[in-house]
Amino acid sequence: MLNKQHSPSDALKTRASVFAALGDETRLSVLAKLCDGQRQSISRLTSGTNLSRQAVTKHLRVLANAGVVRSVRIGRESLFELEPRPIEEVRNYLDQVSKQWDDALARLKSHVEG
Amino acid sequence: MSDRIEKTIELNAPVSRVWRALTDHDEFGTWFRVRLDGPFVPGQVSRGQITYPGYEHLRWEAVVQKMEPERLFSFTWHPYAIDPTQDYSGEPSTLVEFTLESTATGTLLRVVEAGFDKLPSNRRLEAFRMNDGGWSQQIQNIARHVEQAA
Repeated sequence: MLNKQHSPSDALKTRASVFAALGDETRLSVLAKLCDGQRQSISRLTSGTNLSRQAVTKHLRVLANAGVVRSVRIGRESLFELEPRPIEEVRNYLDQVSKQWDDALARLKSHVEG
Repeated sequence: MSDRIEKTIELNAPVSRVWRALTDHDEFGTWFRVRLDGPFVPGQVSRGQITYPGYEHLRWEAVVQKMEPERLFSFTWHPYAIDPTQDYSGEPSTLVEFTLESTATGTLLRVVEAGFDKLPSNRRLEAFRMNDGGWSQQIQNIARHVEQAA
């Protein structure tokens, strides 16, 4: 879709990676655990799941690369927390795509009815 | 959470007229604002140049999927592809489907754009709803948005 937002290519990459990061149920289950806004350790994120610590670590890395999770080092431990802004950006993007379709269909309407 | 944007519009024109406006590449270009290099052919890449004011530097590229006369027209493309210097071939593409239905007054046209992400099942969405955090609120905002987009 023709995107009317003047985004630098970095923002585009981010958006695509957010979509990709969200497109995996395991990663979403990891994210779900971070939804309460609390920082959590890998151990805590792994407990109660049938995922290995390595798997959780791998998924956290994808989420961190997409910018939706941030790691914070507290003493010797790394804790993970949510970063909601990229999600908001994606939502704005969908708003734009939606608006563009409204505009295009309005033009189609005058085209066929004219 | 849905991975689709869905629009429905009533057009006061017969299905045959709407079909032509969608699938004749010159007519499509008129309202969509793209100058296409050639006709749409299923299975083939469609190329052209955007004519939308301010975006004339952008290329149009899509792969035509289905052309079922007066019923269904679909193509895939890269909806993020607004930077001409980037290679988007490895990024997710979306599927755009135009479905036509004859009505008493003309044509009911439905447009669905799907595949922005391989989004979670409803079951997974329930897991998000059980949380009160800001992030789950965002997810719900997205869900509400795409559900309202119809």
